[in-house]
Amino acid sequence: MKIHRPRMAPSAVVWLLLAGAYFFLPLYATLDFSLKKNAIGAPCCTLHNYGWVIHNGDFWHTIKISFILALETIVISLLLFVPTIYWVHLKVPKLRPVLAFMALVPFVVPPIVMVVGLLKTFKGTPHWFYAEPWGFLATAYVILAFPYTFFSLDAGFRAIDVHTLTEASQSLGAKWTTTLFKVILPNIRTAALGAAFLTLAVVMGEFTIANLAAFHTFPIFLQYVNESQGFPAGALTLLSFMITWGAMLSLLLVGRKRGARSAVIAGAR
Amino acid sequence: MSYLQLENLHRQFGSFQALKGIDISLGEGEFLSLLGPSGCGKTTALRLVAGFDRPSAGRILIEGKDLQGMPPNKRDMGMVFQAYSLFPNMTARQNVEFGLKIRGRDKSDRTKRVTDLLELVGLGHAGDRFPHQLSGGMQQRVALARALAIEPRVLLLDEPLSALDAKVRVQLREEIRRIQLELGITTLYVTHDQEEALAISDHVAVMYGGVIEQMGTPSEMYTAPKTPFVAEFIGTMNRLQAHIVDGAAGEVEHAGNRLRIDAARGRTNGERVLILIRPEALDLQAAGGATANGNTLTAEVLTQTFLGPVTRLKMTGGLIADMSTARASALPVGASVVAQVPADGIQLLTLGDDEGVPDIGEGT
Repeated sequence: MKIHRPRMAPSAVVWLLLAGAYFFLPLYATLDFSLKKNAIGAPCCTLHNYGWVIHNGDFWHTIKISFILALETIVISLLLFVPTIYWVHLKVPKLRPVLAFMALVPFVVPPIVMVVGLLKTFKGTPHWFYAEPWGFLATAYVILAFPYTFFSLDAGFRAIDVHTLTEASQSLGAKWTTTLFKVILPNIRTAALGAAFLTLAVVMGEFTIANLAAFHTFPIFLQYVNESQGFPAGALTLLSFMITWGAMLSLLLVGRKRGARSAVIAGAR
Repeated sequence: MSYLQLENLHRQFGSFQALKGIDISLGEGEFLSLLGPSGCGKTTALRLVAGFDRPSAGRILIEGKDLQGMPPNKRDMGMVFQAYSLFPNMTARQNVEFGLKIRGRDKSDRTKRVTDLLELVGLGHAGDRFPHQLSGGMQQRVALARALAIEPRVLLLDEPLSALDAKVRVQLREEIRRIQLELGITTLYVTHDQEEALAISDHVAVMYGGVIEQMGTPSEMYTAPKTPFVAEFIGTMNRLQAHIVDGAAGEVEHAGNRLRIDAARGRTNGERVLILIRPEALDLQAAGGATANGNTLTAEVLTQTFLGPVTRLKMTGGLIADMSTARASALPVGASVVAQVPADGIQLLTLGDDEGVPDIGEGT
């Protein structure tokens, strides 16, 4: 029997094309811009600007800092929030709205207010914390990424029967740690990956806090190039875009490789 | 000596008393069903035994040893839950193996036991499937195998069949009983389905309002309910309020009709009683037909419900009778009938002065 697939409505095609243009036209314009040489009458096209970025030491230095910061933020966030949200879902569900409210605070408080508050709060802390991005900035980014981490993980925990899975695991003799790592975590892997992606994106693009706290991260470098050199800035933007997407893809692949089965199951729910 | 003992078990949630002191004594290898309507405390009792909750007062003992303060992962209780509880990230085989891994059993031992248990529950072919690839009935079979894998001291089943369709439910309950008898495992089973409880249990404890109303064998519960609630809850029952008019002759009066009932002999005149008659014990004839001994009630047929070999007739005065479908066709809706009440085999319960007939709907 021939299966007739429903055809896409013409209006849907139009909207899809419009949405596609909205996302891809700026990328195309940036690409076009990045292939021009900073000279009148120069022939199109040249990879000169990409060469400039790749051979720039500051580019590699700042992108390394931002990536390490992103990974640190992801690790701290997951270590902090997975057990917390698990416990809240399991034992004190009444606290969930309180956590959700707290998670909205970083959205409501402007970064400039937050950074002033954080700088004041952490003033007097040891040098290794206050003056290093791995200390102060990572802490600030954990707060900044809290809404993304919380709502992703919360959705993951709501999609599984936390109580029954925990009790089933315990009745079979498992301790809390075994239950968390062998039963709960594999079943919220997709949510944890989502939280990690969003955190990565937040950290890779965060400018205000890093700038005001005088840390030299990738967005600061990007802004500097953008102000000082037009055409290489286009190349840098596209390269950073690709690197960030590449990093997200790697996270996805690593997560999929280990959690392929749970991803399938989550999809089948 | 009893194997599992619940002594004066209480559980209070704020001002609500879920358990008001229950006592259960169960021998090794026996199957007890806790039966009752929603909110009667049966699942609370099971969770206390499993260790997921702590009693407000009372003790739980296994082989005389108090389990107080022992966490659930140390109790060696296999549990099957009402909700599908298989770990979604593991195959059926891995689910069954989980408890054995935690106990540090070696691989060959684990493989053999998991294979044996999957065979036992009839899923030897489905070991590599993930829970989402199994039907509800299959998932509960795997959950049963998983609970049995750890060789639990007590098997706890919390309404494991309630999410399944009727046919699978009957099939699986028989398998649960077969496996329980085969392994001789002490089992505590929670259900609100009286048919299920009566079909597979050695003992049934009917619970209501946090107390055990009556505990006994399925046959005792059906034929000799000791409280109006049990009479109502186990099977369908005609419950007729009456009072003794002649205790010496065993006569009672119900709605102006005098009935002779053996169980009324020796009772005090004027005593309020509840006459309990199973629907199958009433013999119906068309009005005007001959009656055997005048021990009758007259009524009019209100509805007929076809139940296969038998048809259930509901009549005025709240009477319910089951009769063969062939005979029922002669008594259509609206027909006047005479219901013959047998003098023997009828149970009477004493009603207090202010006690009415409990109404929990039709206890089918």
